[in-house]
Formats: sequence, structure tokens, C-alpha cells
Amino acid sequence: MNVMDSAPAKSSLMSPESDIQRTQFPYVTGTSVIGIKYKDGILLAADMGGSYGSTIRYKSVDRLKPVGKHSLLGASGEISDFQEIMKYLDELILYDNMWDDGNSLGPKEVHNYLTRVMYNRRNKFNPLWNSLVLGGVKNGQKYLGTVSMIGVHYEDNHVATGFGNHLARPILRDEWHENLSYEEGVKLLEKCMRVLLYRDRSAVNKLQIAKITEEGVTISQPYSLKTFWNFSAFQNPTVGAEGSW
Amino acid sequence: MTKQQANWSPYDNNGGTCVAVAGADYCVIAADTRMSTGYNILTRDYSKIIKLADKCVMASSGFQADVRALQKVLASRHLIYQHQHNKQMSCPAMGQLLSNTLYYKRFFPYYSFNVLGGLDNEGKGCVFTYDAVGSYERVGYSSQGSGSTLIMPFLDNQLKSPSPLLLPAVVCSIYYLFKFSHMDAVTPLSESEAIDLVKTCFASATERDIYTGDKLEIVVLNADGIRREEMDLRKD
Amino acid sequence: MATIDVPQKGGFSFDLCRRNEMLVSKGLRSPSFLKTGTTIVGLIFKDGVILGADTRATEGPIVADKNCEKIHYMAPNIYCCGAGTAADTEAVTDMVSSQLKLHRYHTGRESRVVTSLTLLKSHLFSYQGHVSAALVLGGVDVTGPHLHTIYPHGSTDTLPYATMGSGSLAAMAMFESKYREGMSKDEGIKLVADAILSGVFNDLGSGSNVDICVITKGNTEYLRNHLSPNPRTYPQKGYSFSKKTEVLLTKITPLREIVQVIEGGDAMEE
Repeated sequence: MNVMDSAPAKSSLMSPESDIQRTQFPYVTGTSVIGIKYKDGILLAADMGGSYGSTIRYKSVDRLKPVGKHSLLGASGEISDFQEIMKYLDELILYDNMWDDGNSLGPKEVHNYLTRVMYNRRNKFNPLWNSLVLGGVKNGQKYLGTVSMIGVHYEDNHVATGFGNHLARPILRDEWHENLSYEEGVKLLEKCMRVLLYRDRSAVNKLQIAKITEEGVTISQPYSLKTFWNFSAFQNPTVGAEGSW
Repeated sequence: MTKQQANWSPYDNNGGTCVAVAGADYCVIAADTRMSTGYNILTRDYSKIIKLADKCVMASSGFQADVRALQKVLASRHLIYQHQHNKQMSCPAMGQLLSNTLYYKRFFPYYSFNVLGGLDNEGKGCVFTYDAVGSYERVGYSSQGSGSTLIMPFLDNQLKSPSPLLLPAVVCSIYYLFKFSHMDAVTPLSESEAIDLVKTCFASATERDIYTGDKLEIVVLNADGIRREEMDLRKD
Repeated sequence: MATIDVPQKGGFSFDLCRRNEMLVSKGLRSPSFLKTGTTIVGLIFKDGVILGADTRATEGPIVADKNCEKIHYMAPNIYCCGAGTAADTEAVTDMVSSQLKLHRYHTGRESRVVTSLTLLKSHLFSYQGHVSAALVLGGVDVTGPHLHTIYPHGSTDTLPYATMGSGSLAAMAMFESKYREGMSKDEGIKLVADAILSGVFNDLGSGSNVDICVITKGNTEYLRNHLSPNPRTYPQKGYSFSKKTEVLLTKITPLREIVQVIEGGDAMEE
């Protein structure tokens, strides 16, 4: 008989309220989102997979959404938290419209709002489990920014979340330039998404690309990328090297 | 389903280095512009320096979300101060405000490492250096952040007098030494010498600290006003 | 009923590993060692294999060596890139290299890549990951060009292109978007250099220069510092460091003259 077996009370900073439900780990998650500036606006790309742990549980999750007239939001991480965030944003836009003063929230304002929401929730030890990408165009100004679960945020000419930070941004840093046309932009995003598809186990070959310009938001129909798996070295890897397992 | 992540952390370290040097009639504040997490560069162009008042500038590294929150608190407090007093806050006053703001969160600290630089009421350069929970001191020069362990000894060697009772070691400019030698919280360098020293510091720190690099942003305050300079650093 | 520790018969002993874990759990901080936070890559091209590596060695956040060599010699026709703990990669490649040489003396034949692969993986497996070496092994032997990756626990892979180390994803992004089969030597070198550069500029654990090793049938080219894309940014001027010890010869104002000393306090007991 070992008296040490009785589990010691889990002591933590928030122990008196430890019975409160909090997101301590995500359930259904979306993987990377990538975004770039291009000549006329912003392009965002995300696949449509929804992972339940390591199972790809859903295959048609919309992770790119318009916010008001000037902004576009892409989300990775917990899908339910993203849908909650969309509720906040729709309300924000609604209340802004109700002023009816001809003003409207631009991408910069929406990004700043998201930044404060995410940081506030981390301060309450109850984070929204997402990394968000916000793009938009207003008054000829292009805007592209990102926010993480704990409120870290920045703007750049190209951004990515999750695995995209490891696999897509090296490509974007090499190939992105100011004057990308729409076609070039889409091509570059597809290149990144293909690498993610090859190397990110929770990526699926069904993606959407969204565009936002001064004219407004367009989100593409879901489509697939062409892939190549037929390198001869993959066919029979150990030929001529028997015993290499 | 089994627990995927062990637990999340409310903190991150986004790296970066800040330096400030005060002279007799100027102040130089500098920081690199790299923002990183782990082994990843998030962006190569994020300014860590913010102007808090006309003669008061803060450079901060550490956890970016906390730094931003801190900057917003100070900005709003300064706005209220302006409405109440109809003037800009002085640098020493801002120094005390920053300390109080940091200590206010003593048990859930802002994970930010700050140096505050500017000109005091007599027009002399001043530098305040802090820890994350608000302990602070007025000094002649300081470095904070990931590269501070590399830069601080070098600054000490170049600028610190061997004893607080003696004059500073480097006799670069006889004029400044002669005129201002009675002050201990000021370095004996001229403005251009200080800028040169800061550039050398960052070029060297970038060689050996992986979280420092990409670009250097330098802000110079003097009687003429405020000026900004940039210099490229290694990007690897 | 207490179990009695029976002395082991043969096999490896992990007593020291267990002891180390116990010491760490009790708060011992073991001395840090050089981890080559690294980008290493390799690919197979038309006539052979090309290996590449960056040259940064780190110790936590500090760059310990700005121009180290990560492409190790195994045999005249086989080289091996190492990531992980510098001492482990060095030791393990040296040991296997020496075994290969003895084997060549014994057989009078060129070493095969599978041989070195087998020696490496069985060594690493027997140490259960405690020897932290992650390797990219490449060479050309009588059966043709070969490229393998070896993980610290001893598992191996056979691949047309491979990356390892903290910059592996940045480098793999280049390979996955640009690799083709049957590339020429120049194209191969260019792609390997691009992959390493991707690691150098996007991964903080990797940096400085690009080393490349091209192995073809009967020929090996070691291109040390093939590229040096990171010069110092601000000229190093000669700083003088005065001898602070000479202070003793300078006149120091005695403390008493400035600080007020309160006398007549409680006398200390003798």
C-alpha cells in the first residue's frame, strides 16, 4: 500500500475557480491560413479540412469569411471559437452600421478589435484558440495583419498561421513582390498550399482562395490542386540498397 | 479524445534588443526590428520604439502582446495628463509612470523589458532602465532584451567609470568632459560618437544573438527635436 | 516485497540515463552542450548526390560558432550531414568512418552507403535516442547514388531529396516546390544552395554560410563556404580597452569625505 498514490490537488494560479469550463485544448481545428498583398488588394488561402485531433473529421469547413465591406478574415485553430468570433464581428459591424453616418469600420479597425478580444481572453486565462489573418482594402489602402491566440499581432506584406509559418513563408519571402497581378498572386498561393498539402498531415486537397479589393470580397468555389507523387525514387526506394530497411 | 496540447502558456518571448545612451544634450534610443517566436521569424520589420511624449521615447522587447498593451496604457494615461495639465509629460515623470504601471501588474506581469530615453527638464539626456515588474533606475546608458547580455558589458567597458567617484573612462571629447563632468548619469560621448557606438553594439550583438537582427532603428532626441535613422543588420 | 536488482547479463545499461533523469527531476542543471540548430539537406541528381549544410552552431540563443563544418567525411565516396548535439554527430560519424576504413582494408573494396547506414542506425538504435544525432547520409557506390535520413532513435528513410534539423521545413519548402528528377549538376547545386539559404534566412537556428558536397561516381567535390551571404553589417573599428587595473594608481577621493559617517553608534562587541 502506497500512501503516495493519492493524487495531490492540482495547484495552479487559478485553482479557486478551477471548476469553470475553459478551452484548455482545442477539439475541431483548421490548419494554416496564408495571406498576401497583391497589386489590387489582398488574397487569402485556406483549405477546408476540420481536424478532430489527428482525424480529419470534416471536409467542408469555411474558414474564410467577409467582415463588413472592407475586410476579410481567415482563421486557423478551434472552429467553434472562430464561429464565436464571427458572431462578435457581425454584431460589431451591425452596431457600426446603425450609426448610419456614412462611416464604416475598415480592416485596420477590425484587426485592432480582434487584437484586443484575443488579448483580453488570454488575460482571463480563457483564450480563443485561434490564429487569425485579417486582410482588407479601404480608401486605396491595403491592409494585412495577423493575431495569435495570446494576442501577438503584426502587419506584413505576407502572413501565415501555424505550419504556414514554417513552410509557406520561406517561399513567400523569396517570391513575393509589390506588383503581383491577381493571376501571379493565385499561382504563388497555390504553390504554398501545395507544399502544405505535401507536408502538413492535417491539410486536405480542397481549398478556397478569397480576394478583397476596393470593389469588395470574392471567395472562390472549393477546388483541388494538381499533385505529383510519382518520383521513381518513391516507387521502389531501396532498389540497389537492399538491407537499408 | 486525448489531450492534444499539454497546456497553453499566456506568455511568449518575441525577442529583440533595446539600447539607450544619454549624453549631455542628446539621447539615443535604438532597437532592432526583428520579431520572432521560437526559431521562427514572424516579421522583419516591427518597430519596438514608440514616442510617448515630445521628449520621451520607449523601446521595449519581450512579449509583444504585453508590450503593445503597455504602450496603449501609457498613451492613454499621457492623453489624460495632457488634458489635465495642458502640457507634455516630462521624461522623468513618464519614467515614474512606467514603473507604477509595471508594478500594478506585479503578480501577472507585463513580460516586457523596457528602456526609456529622452531629455529631462534641463535638456540633459536621460535614460531609465526597468525590469519586468517596475524596478527602475536613472542611468547614463542601458541595454535590455535578448542581446543585452552581449551589449551591456561592452557599454560598461566603454562608458562606465571604474569607480562612481571617478570620471568616465573614455576621454573622447575634452569639451564635454570639461563641461559636464559633474554629472554621473550622462556619458561623455558626442552625439555622433554615441550613434556610432550603438551601431557597433547592434552589429556585434547580431553576430552572436539569434533573436537580434534584420534592421536597426535609431531615434535621436536633442535640442533640435527628434530624428530617426535606420541601418541594415544581418538577416540570418 | 522488494524486488532485487539483478545484475544485467550483456546488452546495454541505461542506469546512467535513468540516474541523469532522476538528477534533473531533483533540480540538477546539467551543463549545456552545443546543439547545431541546423539546416542540412541532400538530393539525388542525374550523376550522383549533393549534400548541403549551413555553418551555424548554437548554444541556446547564442551563436557558438559562425563557421562550423556539418558535412562529415565517412568514406571517399560517402559523406554525412549532422544535426543535433555537435559532439554526438561528430563522434558517431567518426566511429563509423573508422569502421568503414577497417572494412575497406579487410575487403579491398569501396565502401557502400548501405553499410554505413546500417552501422549508424544500429548504433543509434542501441542508444535509444540518447545519442542525439539526426543525419543526412549520401554517397555513390557500386550500386549507384543513395540518399538516406537517419533519426536519433535509429529509424531511417530512403529518399530522392531530404532535409533535417530545425530548418528542415524551410528547406523542404524549396525542395517540394522545385525538385525534379534527373537534374544536372549545376541545377542540383543551385537547388541545394536555395534550400540551405531558405533555412539560413528563415530559421533562427541556422545561419552564416552554405557548405556543399557533390558526390559523383569516382569523384567528390567538397565546396566549403560555397556561398557567404552574411557579411558583418557595420565596420568593426578598433576599440581600445583601457587597463582598468591602473585605477589603483589614480587618486581616489576617500569615501569619508563625501559620505557622512555617523560616529558614536553602538560599539561593536570585541
